[in-house]
Amino acid sequence: MLDSNKDSLKLEAMKRIVAMIARGKNASDLFPAVVKNVACKNIEVKKLVYVYLVRYAEEQQDLALLSISTFQRGLKDPNQLIRASALRVLSSIRVTIIVPIMMLAIKEAASDMSPYVRKTAAHAIPKLYSLDPEQKDQLIEVIEKLLADKTTLVAGSVVMAFEEVCPERIDLIHKNYRKLCNLLIDVEEWGQVVIINMLTRYARTQFLNPNMNESLLEEGNDKTFYGSDDDEDEEEEEEKKSEAPMPKRKPYVMDPDHRLLLRNTKPLLQSRNAAVVMAVAQLYFHLAPKVEVGVIAKALVRLLRSHSEVQYVVLQNVASMTIKRRGMFEPYLKSFYIRSTDPTQIKVLKLEVLTNLANETNISTILREFQTYIKSMDKDFVAATIQAIGRCATNIGEVRDTCLNGLVQLLSNRDELVVAESVVVIKKLLQMQPEKHSDIIKHMAKLTDNIQVPMARASILWLIGEYCEHVPKIAPDVLRKMAKSFTNEEDIVKLQIINLAAKLYLTNSKQTKLLTQYVLNLAKYDQNYDIRDRARFIRQLIVPTEKSGALSKYAKKLFLALKPAPVLESPFKDRDHFQLGSLSHLLNAKAGGYQELPDWPEAAPDPSVRNVEVKDSVQEVRTTGEGRISLLGEWREVFTLLERVATLTSVPEWTKCSSREKRKEKKVEKPFYSDSEGESGPTESADSESDSASGSEIGSGVVGSVSGTASEESEEGSESEEEEEEEEEDEKDKKMTMKKELKKPVQESESEQSSEEEEERKHERKKSKARKSDSESESDEDEDSESESSQSESEDSESEAEVKKKKKAAQSKPPSKPVKKESKKEMSLLDLDDFEPAPSPQVTPLNSFLSNSLATDLEGLSLSDAVLSPATLSPCSALKSYELLHRIRGEGLSVEYCFSRQPFSPDANMVAVQMQFTNNATSETKNLHMEEVKLQSGMRVKEFPEIELLPAGETATAVMGIDFCDSTQAANFQLCTHTRKFFVSIQPPVGELMRPVFLTENEFKKEQGQLMGMNELSEKLTLDAECRNEHAIVQRVTAAANLSRVPCGSDRECRFAGRTVTSGSLVLATVATKEEAAAQLTVNCEKMVIGTMLVKDVLLALTQ
Amino acid sequence: MIHSLFLINHSGDIFLEKHWKSVISHSVCDYFFEAKEKAVDPEDVPPVLQTPHHYLITVHRGKLFFLSVVQTEVPPLFVIEFLHRVADTFQDYFGECSESVIKDNVVTVYELLEEMLDNGFPLATESNVLKELIRPPTILRSVVNTLTGSSNVGDTLPTGQLSTIPWRRADVKYTNNEAYFDVIEEIDAILDKSGTTVFAEIQGVIEASVRLTGMPDLTLSFMNPRLLDDVSFHPCVRFKRWESERTLSFIPPDGNFTLMNYHVSSQNPVAIPVYVKQSISFFESGPCGRLDITIGPKQTMGKTVEALMVKIHMPKAVLSANLTATQGNYTYDLPNKVLVWDIGKLNPQKLPNLKGILSLQAGAPKPEDNPSLNIDLRIQQVAISGLKVSRLEMFGEKYKPFKGVKYVTKAGKFQFKCAALYEPFLLSFWTILFFYFTTF
Repeated sequence: MLDSNKDSLKLEAMKRIVAMIARGKNASDLFPAVVKNVACKNIEVKKLVYVYLVRYAEEQQDLALLSISTFQRGLKDPNQLIRASALRVLSSIRVTIIVPIMMLAIKEAASDMSPYVRKTAAHAIPKLYSLDPEQKDQLIEVIEKLLADKTTLVAGSVVMAFEEVCPERIDLIHKNYRKLCNLLIDVEEWGQVVIINMLTRYARTQFLNPNMNESLLEEGNDKTFYGSDDDEDEEEEEEKKSEAPMPKRKPYVMDPDHRLLLRNTKPLLQSRNAAVVMAVAQLYFHLAPKVEVGVIAKALVRLLRSHSEVQYVVLQNVASMTIKRRGMFEPYLKSFYIRSTDPTQIKVLKLEVLTNLANETNISTILREFQTYIKSMDKDFVAATIQAIGRCATNIGEVRDTCLNGLVQLLSNRDELVVAESVVVIKKLLQMQPEKHSDIIKHMAKLTDNIQVPMARASILWLIGEYCEHVPKIAPDVLRKMAKSFTNEEDIVKLQIINLAAKLYLTNSKQTKLLTQYVLNLAKYDQNYDIRDRARFIRQLIVPTEKSGALSKYAKKLFLALKPAPVLESPFKDRDHFQLGSLSHLLNAKAGGYQELPDWPEAAPDPSVRNVEVKDSVQEVRTTGEGRISLLGEWREVFTLLERVATLTSVPEWTKCSSREKRKEKKVEKPFYSDSEGESGPTESADSESDSASGSEIGSGVVGSVSGTASEESEEGSESEEEEEEEEEDEKDKKMTMKKELKKPVQESESEQSSEEEEERKHERKKSKARKSDSESESDEDEDSESESSQSESEDSESEAEVKKKKKAAQSKPPSKPVKKESKKEMSLLDLDDFEPAPSPQVTPLNSFLSNSLATDLEGLSLSDAVLSPATLSPCSALKSYELLHRIRGEGLSVEYCFSRQPFSPDANMVAVQMQFTNNATSETKNLHMEEVKLQSGMRVKEFPEIELLPAGETATAVMGIDFCDSTQAANFQLCTHTRKFFVSIQPPVGELMRPVFLTENEFKKEQGQLMGMNELSEKLTLDAECRNEHAIVQRVTAAANLSRVPCGSDRECRFAGRTVTSGSLVLATVATKEEAAAQLTVNCEKMVIGTMLVKDVLLALTQ
Repeated sequence: MIHSLFLINHSGDIFLEKHWKSVISHSVCDYFFEAKEKAVDPEDVPPVLQTPHHYLITVHRGKLFFLSVVQTEVPPLFVIEFLHRVADTFQDYFGECSESVIKDNVVTVYELLEEMLDNGFPLATESNVLKELIRPPTILRSVVNTLTGSSNVGDTLPTGQLSTIPWRRADVKYTNNEAYFDVIEEIDAILDKSGTTVFAEIQGVIEASVRLTGMPDLTLSFMNPRLLDDVSFHPCVRFKRWESERTLSFIPPDGNFTLMNYHVSSQNPVAIPVYVKQSISFFESGPCGRLDITIGPKQTMGKTVEALMVKIHMPKAVLSANLTATQGNYTYDLPNKVLVWDIGKLNPQKLPNLKGILSLQAGAPKPEDNPSLNIDLRIQQVAISGLKVSRLEMFGEKYKPFKGVKYVTKAGKFQFKCAALYEPFLLSFWTILFFYFTTF
């Protein structure tokens, strides 16, 4: 049929052949007939021929060569898929003669236009390497080239090739490290696993151990914090200490690249792919500082709901982890409870984990759980449970006796296996403290009549022999019985009988001499040579004859020496020297090709090797066009925000500015751009290559306008320095072009028009301002339009825009203000480089900043209602600012912050912190941004946008958001300039953790009624002399806490209400004045801690 | 990475093999058969086995073993996860993943495997991409194929691998644009005899069936996302949007897929929809035992409990059951010793009851432990955790899709322990044991 002309017949024939191959039947005879069809036009026939060819080419090398030319032709095909598949098959044919052809093909494909073909080339590398390892050097070159590739499609495959061909060439990774970290989230899941595993190894060689300082610290501190860690942990700590005896080490600072890796892998814990989750988990386990490792526990516990094979592997790894870090899994104890439907191997592993997790506090729960397991029908599992109880008993002294008693009860179980296992475990336990338990031994001696399991019998005999002094009466009797049944016993029991006899002979020779003789005689003629040997040996040793030498004198010492108690320990101890999640770890044996996880280096290697020359990358970005994804990645965040805003407010303001307009257009064109944040970007698309020019235009439009609005985008976690640099470069470039556009408006009609429009708009505004400059409310209205526009620009840039606005407001108030300057100001909105310092109007512009901007109104927050009561606004003037960085410590840079009490628009759960940077130094400061945010769990921070340039003597303001989780824990972070880093921390007064809400009197009473009892705190106080009128009280209270006044019928009472920012729990405060200066303060709050702190603060405010 | 794959059925026949590198002989599977012999239950075969030259990694799915051979270090989960993905793909293509189906479609299976792995490294595992490369068989097409001899391999070259979004195929067109989401929650619980919850949690999954034209960009938001404690997503979901806004934003794959899995935070108490009154006892004298079970509704959120089913794994000694059920019917599967009582709808007015005699094997010792009850149920139109989808928005396309959300609550691993004779959690651990062993 294969020779037929009809494709359908050929297909039918090929299907049959493939079915034969699938069943493992030999079809190699047909090789010549099949190979002819390699050039067949029909795609399916062709595919099946490929399948056949790959399978049999190795056996029929000569004939296989016939097909090579077809593939070579395929490699030149214009269709990328044909090129790829030709390469795939060509490289899969294991024929050594074609190695040079393959090499050539791979090299060519590695620089192919299509990422898909490049991916195939990456796949082909290990194939060629396994065929001919001598090509290694050339292949490494190809790998190096492909590693530099910026598409997510290629990254996973090339790292896989790297791992197979040259895992030792870690130096190849340096330049690509940051890129890999950033691409990681977009790589397909299988690639993620490989990359994460590789990066774990890489990080181990390049960064310092984040936990090394902790071990030093721990010495001094008391150990309550690490109380959950067990002794092993401390031992290990000690080991570490001895390894790195550097007591005066400078405080550990995590390498930003190390942090980058941890940050970028964390979201992958949410992957649906168990392998990815496991890879991240092991990465965290091996690389993260102790306090951060906890995050992986939840994800791992989640995997326990997956297929049983997945459970099996995960539990093995969890078992290893629990030995080192028990505390991590303690909250999830119940997830490891065993169900009767679990397969036995899972049950046993869960038991292992439960045992590892057992400590003084939870042991009773665990034992109770074990108790139910003992009655399971699955006897292997019951045996394992008994062993687990034994281990709990040895590890936790308090429950040893209880466990032992329980196990003794089990001795009367009807199931032999259970009894036998208990005996074995009891034996081990008794060895630890034999004196106390002679009655148990007696009890066990009785059992010899019933128990048939050899191991158990042997254990009992051994116990009796060992502790025959405790049971002097019973022991000989037991020996008598045993001697009777000696011939019918199992070998292991026989040996113990001999043992027992010997021991008894030594201690109690009067009663047992004859018995021993008898037993030894029986043993002498036993079938098993071990037993015969043992008998002979013992006879010589214990029975004194004239021949026996010095040894027999020491017989007693030999036999009755004190034996150390066995240590019952987890089989998973010490397994973690294998990389978790690896095959080697699972088998506890080194698998072929396993790469050892290196120890942390003593000193960090030079981090600068990871720096990438900016120019190169920029160029690359331009030339390949595909690399642009990384750049665009930067802006994803912006886009999302933009789009969100755009959808919220379909504002006509867009038309005001050409660049904005442009941006919007583009956005409409390519909606995917705007929210590609989590996914692989659009630039991978095949067509993007062609229109890279327009793409960069998009970029420029966006970059220009965004940078124009002065929002140096707050970098999200995924952005690396490398890309930042890139971005800056680009930005500058783009700014240049923007500038040109603006300066020569004739060139482009659009921009001309827009600048005209702009002018017009300005004029209009000017007029309106001039007209209404004195009236507060109207200027408000004006601000309205502005704030709206700033809103639509980007929420992030809002703060900046507001600063501008503020300035403008300040400037527009003096009536003599020249229009020129104003327009220049406007320019500055678009071009930072042209920014000229205004005559420092922003020394203390906080009030104007706080003046109820309409931006908040737009969001429809309840604050706008609260505004109705005039009392809330007045105390704003009392806003305190705190020092974040003193100018001496900051080498000229001083930073103050205050809680602006504005809702933080990107995230309503955050407290807005307004920071004011003043550069008191003589030189300019660049790149002000924050890094390394260290937070208590649950807290979050939205970083302020980077301040690119702060000239000497200038002041700038930025707003950041912090979610304090309703606690007064400080948020620690580093403030970085282009030269220095400063550790700073922001600690909120409790009053700033809330936002005002508007309640009516009735609502207030109702809510207060619900917050009685423990939630109510009241305190008597004497009011300060200056604060005896209502107005003063309101002012003081609102200054201390961000609450709003609640209208109240009585004039003796002032009421305030607010909600905590994060959890939204209600905070109510009442100040009731009495005669003279006496007053009573009542605070009702669900969160008692907050309530107490608030009482303290308000009290202070009122009495001072 | 993955060297070879063998498909093995329950009786131990290798009925399909595929090698990605050089050929490995069948005999390597002997180590597996050895391990399988030892294990009582197929579930108990260790998933990873070591042989002198290879490592065998096996998964067990629907009475089949997928056995893969690896030679070098590889994360075991990587292989396991992949093998499950293969099985999922078969299921997706052929409707089920069984020996007969695979044998019938051996060529398609082979082609699939060829596409899914290249040199042992996963290549295309997204079903949307695979379906473009190899069309799934349908009855109509198989008829047409046999008549015309045309193939089930895609004629046009796929674009999937090259499109911007690897999981969605390009140029999707539908006349009816629909997006359906099923919120399915399962209650995993262990309850003791007195009905006290020992352990309870809710696992949820959102299954989506999206048939939308073009490149829609969907945003799904919840009324109460705080309920969700631990989530895992289909790769299409944008992590960052979830982190910042707690909404699911994604460009969906075409067709059916699992959008997310979640776990409801353990702080919220779990509503247990039914209660069980039961007594199972065996007598020392005479080969019999007595069984009496009543089920009633507890917290059902005002909905009816449907498809109620009770499964009891009886001790080995139980020979037969002679019971009467007031509702539904029961079967006793003798070889597996499983008693199944299929109740159906739970009527709160007339509680279903199952009562009768269990006869034991003559001479066999009385079973020590009473069996536990596994309960299966279903409640339509309610997600027991209270999770609600607030809205679904679509961007990027102009048409108006038809949207729908369905809620279902099911029992997952829902177990009533029947500890014998006493209330175990009132007495302390060892006194019970003592009591237990002295009574007999």
